Amino acid sequence: MALAFLVLPVVAIFARVPPGELLSALGTEAAKDALVVTVKTNLVSMALILAFGTPAAYWIATREPRLRDVVVTLVELPLVLPPAVAGIGLLAAFGRLGLLGGTMDALGIDIAFTQTAVVLAVTFVASPFYVRTAVAAFEAVDPALPAAARTLGAGPGRVFFRVALPLAAGGLGAGAALAFARGIGEFGATIMFAGSLEGRTQTLSLAIYEQFDLDFDVALAISALLVIVSGTVLLSVKLLTRWRSGSTTPIPFAPSTRTSS
Amino acid sequence: MALRIDYSHSLRPFDAHVELTVAAGETLALVGPSGAGKTTTLRVVAGLLRPDRGMVAVDGETWLDTSAGLERPAEQRRVGYLFQEYALFPHLDVAANVGFGAPRGASIDELLERFRIGALARARVRELSGGERQRVALARALARQPATLLLDEPLSALDAHTKTTVRGELHELLRELGLPTIVVTHDFEDAAALADRVGVIVGGRIVQQGPAAGLVAEPGDAFVASLTGASLLPGVARAAPDGLTEVVLDGGGSAWSTDAATGRVGVAIHAWEVALARETPDDSSLNHFRGAITSVVPLGNRARVRVGDLVAEISSASLDRLALQEGDVVVASFKATAARLVPLA
Repeated sequence: MALAFLVLPVVAIFARVPPGELLSALGTEAAKDALVVTVKTNLVSMALILAFGTPAAYWIATREPRLRDVVVTLVELPLVLPPAVAGIGLLAAFGRLGLLGGTMDALGIDIAFTQTAVVLAVTFVASPFYVRTAVAAFEAVDPALPAAARTLGAGPGRVFFRVALPLAAGGLGAGAALAFARGIGEFGATIMFAGSLEGRTQTLSLAIYEQFDLDFDVALAISALLVIVSGTVLLSVKLLTRWRSGSTTPIPFAPSTRTSS
Repeated sequence: MALRIDYSHSLRPFDAHVELTVAAGETLALVGPSGAGKTTTLRVVAGLLRPDRGMVAVDGETWLDTSAGLERPAEQRRVGYLFQEYALFPHLDVAANVGFGAPRGASIDELLERFRIGALARARVRELSGGERQRVALARALARQPATLLLDEPLSALDAHTKTTVRGELHELLRELGLPTIVVTHDFEDAAALADRVGVIVGGRIVQQGPAAGLVAEPGDAFVASLTGASLLPGVARAAPDGLTEVVLDGGGSAWSTDAATGRVGVAIHAWEVALARETPDDSSLNHFRGAITSVVPLGNRARVRVGDLVAEISSASLDRLALQEGDVVVASFKATAARLVPLA
């Protein structure tokens, strides 16, 4: 019963409209525009999250436990924040009348209702998913390995790139997939902070909401697309975590397949 | 080329204070219970742990001197550090592991051949046996061209069968290299086989050091005695006629020793000094204890037989001749000259 309850809505999306019509509905202008906006903003967001989140996560993971716990809790805050609160927060910080509004005005930057605003909203809500998974991935690296690298002459940079990063790669990939899934589904903060302007700030999630009134089949088609993307993400997270546990766990006493000569 | 260490560091239950010098070509074994400060000492030398106070110098080069505010980072100290369970990089193959710390342009093929892992150059760590891992870890540590070697439990990850062979090879290697070396182990037998000198570290202090044979012959305290594999009978010592010492044992009866002591002591007696008989023999031994055999453990051509608090090591031939079994009542004997008295707290 419980399982059916969870699966039924997902099946229903595909059941209502035949696949052929789903495809043609995706060909509508609104759907295509939303797809372009979503892909563009999410790629930029993911690039930002990976570029800043990875070193930040490594920094956090290598701090002493008490400081680490405090920082991780701060990072996790946007995770539990209601999306509407996130939207208000972003407006209060970066909006024209916000905390940094005056400074940004003086610099001639106006981000309200632009794709930059979408990127900020997506980055704000999605990055904690990446950072907390990445912290856990770096923490899972056997501390003897970076220590061994240091005794072998590797400075902090080499330890990070040659040892910590490759060993945490599986976990980092899983975190990135989670953040990406959260990012493309972003709705609340985006609609409040960036609006829902077709071709500019309307992402797929926002388009579903708008098409729901205009053309239910298009809304269904976009939903079907997002179901497929989400399913793929879920699957890749599972595979990446499995691969990770196979690559970083040291197996000191595993029975050997070779015999020593 | 010597390694000099002198540091103090607060560990949770106690403060470690270790001062020692290892000469060029000398191997010092640090033995002691876990948490005594053995690995801490290696980490201080390698620069993985900054002690509260101290200095480390190798070959006249100062790596650490807290009083002068001098601290060379770990990556700039030429140590060959063999980690417990080896800490090989699982994402790299054998050749990349060995080459990790090699100077630019250095050829590692020679090292791979020397450690008989040339054929495994492309193998991943998880495909290796325990003995192979140990050789890869040693080759990796030596590729760095270290000025000192630090080996943390180099044999504990190996099965008993491989261990004896690997121990012999390691001993040979240490002699060839001629580097000041510290071996950390909890196994006195390994320490005796590998090291020129054994330092016993308990609660952050070196309580006794000297050649392994010296520690066996004259254990300084009860811990060293039990570490060397001796049985320990606690009691109270008092002077007896003829220059002997009588120890009134807590477990009943008395033991005699030629060592002088008074007050609370342990009678330390090695298993190979204890003889077994069905009846009390009329021999030169002063100490005879009658009791039931509680266990018989065969060890190849020998057997360890436990009688009360005493362990006797006898040949399998004797075991068969006397037809000893668990539950049999026998007499365990040892000479007063073989009974060492160690102070007890």
